[in-house]
Amino acid sequence: MKPVTTITGTMMPLDRGDVDTDQIIPQQFLKRIERDGYGEFLFYNWAHTDNGTPSSDFVINDPARRGARVLVTGPNFGCGSSREHAPWAIQQWGFEAVITASAADIFRNNSSYVGLLVVELPQDAVTRLIDTASDPTAEVSIDLESQTVTADGLEEHFEFNPTAKERLLTGLDGIGVTMGHDDLIASHEEARPAWLPTTVDVSS
Amino acid sequence: MTAPRTLFQKVWDNHIVIDADPTLLYVDLHLVHEVTSPQAFAGLNQSGRTVRRPDLTVATVDHGIPTTGRSLGIRDPLSKRQIDALVQNCKDHSITMFGLDDPRQGIVHVVGPEQGLTQPGLLVVCGDSHTSTHGAFGALAFGIGTTEVEHVLATQTIWQAKPQSMAVEVEGELPWGVAAKDLILGIIAQIGVSGGTRHVIEYRGRAIHDLSMEQRMTICNMSIEGGARAGMIAPDETTIRYIEGRPFAPKGVQWDEAVSVWESLVTDPDAVFDKVAVLDASRLVPHVSWGVNPAQTVPVTGSVPSPDSYDDPLQRDAAVRALEYMALRPGTPILDIAVDHVFLGSCTNGRIEDLRAAAKVVEGRRVDSRVSAVVVPGSMQVKAQAESEGLHEVFEAAGFSWRDAGCSSCLAMNPDVIPAGERCASTSNRNYEGRQGRGARTHLVSPAMAAAAAVAGHFVDVREWEDS
Repeated sequence: MKPVTTITGTMMPLDRGDVDTDQIIPQQFLKRIERDGYGEFLFYNWAHTDNGTPSSDFVINDPARRGARVLVTGPNFGCGSSREHAPWAIQQWGFEAVITASAADIFRNNSSYVGLLVVELPQDAVTRLIDTASDPTAEVSIDLESQTVTADGLEEHFEFNPTAKERLLTGLDGIGVTMGHDDLIASHEEARPAWLPTTVDVSS
Repeated sequence: MTAPRTLFQKVWDNHIVIDADPTLLYVDLHLVHEVTSPQAFAGLNQSGRTVRRPDLTVATVDHGIPTTGRSLGIRDPLSKRQIDALVQNCKDHSITMFGLDDPRQGIVHVVGPEQGLTQPGLLVVCGDSHTSTHGAFGALAFGIGTTEVEHVLATQTIWQAKPQSMAVEVEGELPWGVAAKDLILGIIAQIGVSGGTRHVIEYRGRAIHDLSMEQRMTICNMSIEGGARAGMIAPDETTIRYIEGRPFAPKGVQWDEAVSVWESLVTDPDAVFDKVAVLDASRLVPHVSWGVNPAQTVPVTGSVPSPDSYDDPLQRDAAVRALEYMALRPGTPILDIAVDHVFLGSCTNGRIEDLRAAAKVVEGRRVDSRVSAVVVPGSMQVKAQAESEGLHEVFEAAGFSWRDAGCSSCLAMNPDVIPAGERCASTSNRNYEGRQGRGARTHLVSPAMAAAAAVAGHFVDVREWEDS
């Protein structure tokens, strides 16, 4: 994972709430066994007409916004399924961060593991950012170290889980870190009662 | 004296490996399926790591598999590649797999409980948000992403920020003809699709206690639709009776030890929840969703709401978009909405009791000639049980198509796609735009309500039929 420190760029305003992961990356694109190749399918059903041509009225197809780096959107973003394909698709389209009034739990977790910065701000700050973003050249800046979002006339502090912050700042491999605690895992393992189930096939 | 604890707190405490924020928790059972695991295994292989506890890991195929003509093989080359990858990964890492030709194959959240693998007090994870289903046994069970799947495969642990606790107290008795599905839809309509975010819900109260295990699974399954990290119900006699004798359940002396531990898994009388919602089950009626999220739901006796009925501008805009997608006008009585498809199945409502409830409504009746109706049992074991009871004959005589087990039209990753512009009464869990196929219009209902809609060709209040 690439470390994340400061992100500065233009915005893509998506002014709606409860955007679920089925909209972010529809099910028909979940059949790949690779981690890449999802960017072009981001918001596919909203971004395309019934015959597969780009919908000109959907914001992501606005040529003036092709270089956007920060998706700005309403509350409960990423609700629904656990598909990590959702943050993959957002990143692979070109976004480095999502600013939302609130993120769904699994989406927030998944994003923190793949280096997509998800920032939660109060709805009124999100509304102001979306107003600012009516100018496609308006920039926003997110500093993870100081947990601050800055844009024209706006400076907001945001909360962030300290461990997820550390992981994003360093880009460390989480599995390697956990494996360093092998002694603690092993001693927990030894104390587990013998009646707990195993999946060793009882029929064979 | 230790402070009083909730059920969630007790199960959490039992799994702490490193007590920090976030906490490192030990995973007792890792369920794996074909869609969210290939990249995790690939990562593991690339790093030269192994699966720490294949004996606590089990896999099945469910999301992308066909429900007809399996002997002909998988036609979709991408789905085939995904399934082949899982078969190979399980073989390479010695993981038990209930594959396509195994009589135990089925939806991962139906298979775990059915095999007796899901037990009270366990920490269960799976790369699927409906893992919350297993909380019906008093397990702490939640969905994880693919990076976390790889982490669990390698370390058998997971880092979690500790959620808060939420009680959903359901008082009173569920009226006759009102299903567990109606109860959970009613709960979500009340708390909203993000009412449970950052919380683990414990469902409590008389109405919950009275539910069967399968009904409890329907409730906990849809906890994620209320945004919750997990849903739990304290184990009791009903739970213990359900587990006893299942293939992977403890036996002999170990059974007695297990039961004595399970009996302690209750919220202490003075424990405090961070948040509480209260609902009166006795006032519930069958529900039908009209919109594109599971909180956009009304009683079958009601009508499609007007966007003006929402105070919150975001909710109002969402209602406008939902009505457009669903091609519905405000004020339309729910009973006047005609359906083109009926889907009976999914990890929410694909168990034997669900099929029995639907068959009871269907018996001696015919599916309306304009409706295409299918039954997809949640597992091949459910299918076999239903066939031993003759339910398949009831469904087929009425004009339903009787299928093999899988997720099917719940998320339409297999060939069971609902065509654009067509309307489906579905016993599944999500009515999102495009969920059952691009442009498909989903109405979430209980199995009995879905069966009645298949026969009538439009929604009906199934209580009137069951009375007669």
